[in-house]
Amino acid sequence: MAKDGAAKLSKNLLRMKFMQRGLDAELKKQLDEEEKRIISDEHWFLDLPELKAKENHIIEERSCVPCEDLVYGRMSFRGFNPEVEKLMLLMNTHKEEEEDEEEDDVSRMETDITDEEMARRYESLVESMRKKFAKKRNRSTVTKSEEDVNCNVVGDQPKKVFLKPQD
Amino acid sequence: MDPVHACFKEKIGEVLLPGDVFSFRLPESGDGSVKTDKIICGPGLRRNGEEVQVCKSGILRHKPPNMYWIDSQQRRYVPAKGESVIGIVTAKSGDIFKVDVGGSEQASLSYLAFEGATKRNRPNVQVGDLVYGQFTIANKDMEPELVCIDSCGRANGMGVFGADGLLFKLSLGLVRRLLAPQSEIVKDLEKIFPFELVVGMNGRVWVKSKTVQQTLIMTNVLETCENMTSQQRQTLFKRVAEGSL
Repeated sequence: MAKDGAAKLSKNLLRMKFMQRGLDAELKKQLDEEEKRIISDEHWFLDLPELKAKENHIIEERSCVPCEDLVYGRMSFRGFNPEVEKLMLLMNTHKEEEEDEEEDDVSRMETDITDEEMARRYESLVESMRKKFAKKRNRSTVTKSEEDVNCNVVGDQPKKVFLKPQD
Repeated sequence: MDPVHACFKEKIGEVLLPGDVFSFRLPESGDGSVKTDKIICGPGLRRNGEEVQVCKSGILRHKPPNMYWIDSQQRRYVPAKGESVIGIVTAKSGDIFKVDVGGSEQASLSYLAFEGATKRNRPNVQVGDLVYGQFTIANKDMEPELVCIDSCGRANGMGVFGADGLLFKLSLGLVRRLLAPQSEIVKDLEKIFPFELVVGMNGRVWVKSKTVQQTLIMTNVLETCENMTSQQRQTLFKRVAEGSL
């Protein structure tokens, strides 16, 4: 291949990476900008004024269920089907709860065990946990402490400490 | 807000015909943003640009704060999203069931849309079964789709039902009256004898009672009480209750 000089090389060849290693940073920037311009000129765009999406104040609703607050469709009366009766309560109170949410009611949650049972459980739980973590010497005092009518702890023996020998 | 609601308010409780138009100019405030509340048009009303047009004849009803709809009578059901209907399974094809809901097209029900259904664990649904489900897709351009679970994946009473009992058809207006909260018809029906009822928004009702005779009595009573006043209905129910004892 005869060396004719840089003028004879094609544009695409000059744009290739290995030909640009010798260029300055400025020349590189210029070439980049030219390329971007060419590419963006090729992009198509609509020559329309900017349209704003209209906020719709009118909402269409096809179903009449929210309009008339219809209840759940499965019903059972006088204990014919107890499962369906449970479902009725569930679904209809669920619907009422959604309406009551705005009223800020602190309603009681449904519980499996009563509050008294829960309190009793916790009492015994605290005792057993305390025993577990008490040191061996203190374990007997933990179990033995009794309370009289006024909840004063009676029978608290003095804690056993190391007694230095007199001699 | 006020001009909008005012032009509705004067027509609440009146009979409107298709073609009646509610048009109002929404006032614009200085900065161009229109601060009005949203209006919800229920069945029978359609939005046409900035206007609301009536497309069914009936009485205009209102529910505060901002819901309006036309209370009309018809027997033909048009599927709408979110409504619970009773369907009859007509075909099983691959992964879906074809269900007849009384609309212009049959709805499709995927076999995975049941509680606890997986690819290995298929639900036990046969052709001819009654299904209680909700529409997830129901518009005029697409085939309606039913599901038998809610968004959390629980069945909530939907699915196949009806080992015994009788399925019959009522008009849509009566069905809505049955499903209204504190419905009087339901309260009167309770007093006759114990029974189980499944009401679909497509006008189909399924009744089951202890004996076949009681079931037939319930069916007849429901079909005839549509055009009765409450007085006539109560006398009828009393007669039935005494007659059946």
